[in-house]
Amino acid sequence: MSSETRPETHSATLHLLYFARLREDLGCAEETFVLNPSLQTVQALREALIARGAAWAKALDGARAVRVAVNQTMARADTPIKAGDEVAFFPPMTGG
Amino acid sequence: MRLSVQEASFDAGAELNAFSAGVAGAGAVVSFTGIVRDSGGTLSAMEIEHYPGMTEAALQKFADQATEKFGLEKALVIHRHGRLQPGEAIMMVATAAGHRKDAFAGADYLMDYLKSRAPFWKKEVSKGGANWVAAKDQDEAALAAWSLESAPQER
Repeated sequence: MSSETRPETHSATLHLLYFARLREDLGCAEETFVLNPSLQTVQALREALIARGAAWAKALDGARAVRVAVNQTMARADTPIKAGDEVAFFPPMTGG
Repeated sequence: MRLSVQEASFDAGAELNAFSAGVAGAGAVVSFTGIVRDSGGTLSAMEIEHYPGMTEAALQKFADQATEKFGLEKALVIHRHGRLQPGEAIMMVATAAGHRKDAFAGADYLMDYLKSRAPFWKKEVSKGGANWVAAKDQDEAALAAWSLESAPQER
């Protein structure tokens, strides 16, 4: 877990990005997400987004594979997140 | 090492000539060019989305890994994004090494990582609509094979 501590005056937000099919299904390319301190991992964030219901639940509930990157590095469910991070959600990549 | 993520088309022949001109010490150059395939004759375009910033970092990482793993003298990766027509070049990889096997293996390794680990997503547009291309299990299997062989093998 991160040992970094931030002053209370910092606005605790994440920059969320969505790509490809997820971006289309959610109708959202990016957003500023106010970070509740209880959300400390990628999995907790994903569950909070699923709780929005409707398209969010459908897109992120795991029926279709979803990949996550934190600060542009591939992440796992237990990867820690903190205020100021850039977190991206997207389908499996299909380059080449 | 030249890495480029670009919307513009490129001349694969000119790129290969320029690449080969600067590798006098290598002895082996391998290149691969990926073309937009129109398998059923119905494709009107291929749209490629990417994650600016992460894409460039990923290409740098894979090129560094390939260079170290196969002792490449030089590597080239070009990958396009945006809207492409059937028959257009999507991407290109070139490697230069002392000997043939390392040049081939380096190019193959780069291709496997570009397919499944670089943040690009392809969408096929045809008259009937648009569909995101699904990732293939065999692409994941190809990556797994590299990690299996990497530990014991000395190069």
